[in-house]
Amino acid sequence: MAQLTFREAIAHGLAQEMRRDPSVVMIGEDIGAAGGVFKGTVGLFEEFGPVRVRDTPISEQAILGAAMGAAMTGLRPVAEVMFSDFFAVCWDIVANEIAKSRYMTNGQVSFPLVIRSGNGGGLRFGAQHSQSVENWAMMVPGLKVVVPSNARDVIGLMAAAIRDPDPVIFLEAKALYPTKSEIPEGEILDTLGTATVPRSGADATLVALGAMVPRALAAAEELAEQGIDCTVVDVRSLVPLDTQTILREVSATGRMFTVEENPRLCGWGAELSSIVTEEAFYDLDGPIVRITTPHIPLPAADALEDLAIPSVERIVETVVKSMNS
Amino acid sequence: MTMTTSHITAKLELYRVQVALREFERRAHDLFLENLVKGTSHLGLGQEAVAAGVAAAMRPTDWTFATYRGHNHTLARGVPMTPVLAELMGRSNGLMAGKGGSMHLTSVEHGMMGSYAIIGAHLVIACGAAWSAQYRGTDQVAVCFFGDGTTNIGAFHEALNFAAIWKLPVVFVCENNLYMEYTRTSDITAVEHPAADRARAYGLEPIIVDGNDVDAVFEVASTAIDRARAGEGPSMIEAKTYRHGGHSRADPGKYRPDEEVKAWLARDPIPMYHSRLLAEGASEEQLVAIHHAVMAEVDLATEEAKAGTPPGPELLMKDVWADGGSQWRN
Repeated sequence: MAQLTFREAIAHGLAQEMRRDPSVVMIGEDIGAAGGVFKGTVGLFEEFGPVRVRDTPISEQAILGAAMGAAMTGLRPVAEVMFSDFFAVCWDIVANEIAKSRYMTNGQVSFPLVIRSGNGGGLRFGAQHSQSVENWAMMVPGLKVVVPSNARDVIGLMAAAIRDPDPVIFLEAKALYPTKSEIPEGEILDTLGTATVPRSGADATLVALGAMVPRALAAAEELAEQGIDCTVVDVRSLVPLDTQTILREVSATGRMFTVEENPRLCGWGAELSSIVTEEAFYDLDGPIVRITTPHIPLPAADALEDLAIPSVERIVETVVKSMNS
Repeated sequence: MTMTTSHITAKLELYRVQVALREFERRAHDLFLENLVKGTSHLGLGQEAVAAGVAAAMRPTDWTFATYRGHNHTLARGVPMTPVLAELMGRSNGLMAGKGGSMHLTSVEHGMMGSYAIIGAHLVIACGAAWSAQYRGTDQVAVCFFGDGTTNIGAFHEALNFAAIWKLPVVFVCENNLYMEYTRTSDITAVEHPAADRARAYGLEPIIVDGNDVDAVFEVASTAIDRARAGEGPSMIEAKTYRHGGHSRADPGKYRPDEEVKAWLARDPIPMYHSRLLAEGASEEQLVAIHHAVMAEVDLATEEAKAGTPPGPELLMKDVWADGGSQWRN
């Protein structure tokens, strides 16, 4: 087993799929010889050449429009939107065109495409380059939304996303790019819509996504020292959503805490809270508690950004306070 | 002037298609007034020559991308009238079983890759189809129709640059009917020819054609499509035309000066072509017979569309995903 960083796993996962399927092509800004601004596509230009790894102008509508037109005519494009904040300049293509055209045409067209994007904060980039926009995508019918939390899952979920016949928004937590994990030999292929349980405990269930998963795991270690034994669920995929795993793991402990990087209102945790309340209410021993970024634009200064995004300390404090009240 | 048999056959077909588009739209309008066509609709009355002329220059394997004013372009690709009319009426025998409506007519089997209702989007989507043809080494061409108003939105400019730098096999066709919805395009546009003048900025030849002359449209479209097919890159055609009605069902078009409307009605593409065909040797009987056949087709489509049932509830949750369903959780 080798170790790969999250950013190396991006290129590894893309290469795995590009080698097996010549219809997989990539477009985006600076993804070619430059290897991507986050170095997520290093080596792909050299291996697959400029026809399959194609640089584009700063034209997000054209990048995603091209991906859509190509997907409906036989290719499996992987388009990169450099920062997920930039979805705001091309959201028509995502939300109105890609997401709806299959339904509107009574199933005449399909969009086997992936839109990769650097998501979330922690890099001190300020309010326009740090947002967690998974909820923008989750609320549009017709989009699948995948958010890996470690390098191994990047590869497996990337493969599943590329092979999926539907459009997938693949959000890469920028804060995780340098993190490493063990990568098994050979092909890695996951299934979309499957949550994992990286830690099991008896007292409370922390449900986390993306960059919040390692924080939830770290918090669980500290909580264990204080006598609170936590399960951690890595949601991995918001659409499709593995509600069965979440319901099972919440019912087993009787307590649910969501750990969300997104601003408070309409976060994915609110939807999960609704589902758990409707379907597992009598298994709960206390209120569902959401731990989120406050409902503010993200500040740039490290001192302030660290206060905004849920930290290990805040997760621990919140869980302790709630469990003891 | 006399024409060869194949010439006259082709020209009579161009006439037939224009008449079919005209009579279909008139019927759609009548059915609106009867409240059988619901929602909104954007008729292509007056703009038939653009749709007919360009479609005649395309191969069956080529792709059309159209706007919400797309009835003409759908029919011109050979999609039968009944499913189109039934779609407008929200019936299960509609082109998309009633799930799309007037603004989203699509028939992939006819190369009609969709009607797009958000201004500008389909220009970049057409680029994607053209990229796919280029990558896969097919000789397919994407043809993208849009209105003069589209030339002022960002996606128009992104698409032109993209198509030019990648030398994509795409032909952009601007139907310049002088009005962006209710406003004169010349009042809100920095250049005289909104599409052609911008084409220069992206290294494309500005091509302006009389959009009410189907022969002229056919000619420039053929040249542009051949160029694209030969790998010589994109083209921009600006076809000057005029819509006979308002922007949509809700608009009587009162903002247009009477003399302007009169002048354009005198340049109605169908009577103009009728006269030309007679001058070139077609007989009045031939043209009347074409008109009768079209009316019979429109009448039959009307009856068949009216006979269609409303779409059943089983369609509501169908086809969000490629597996045919809409499940978002387990």
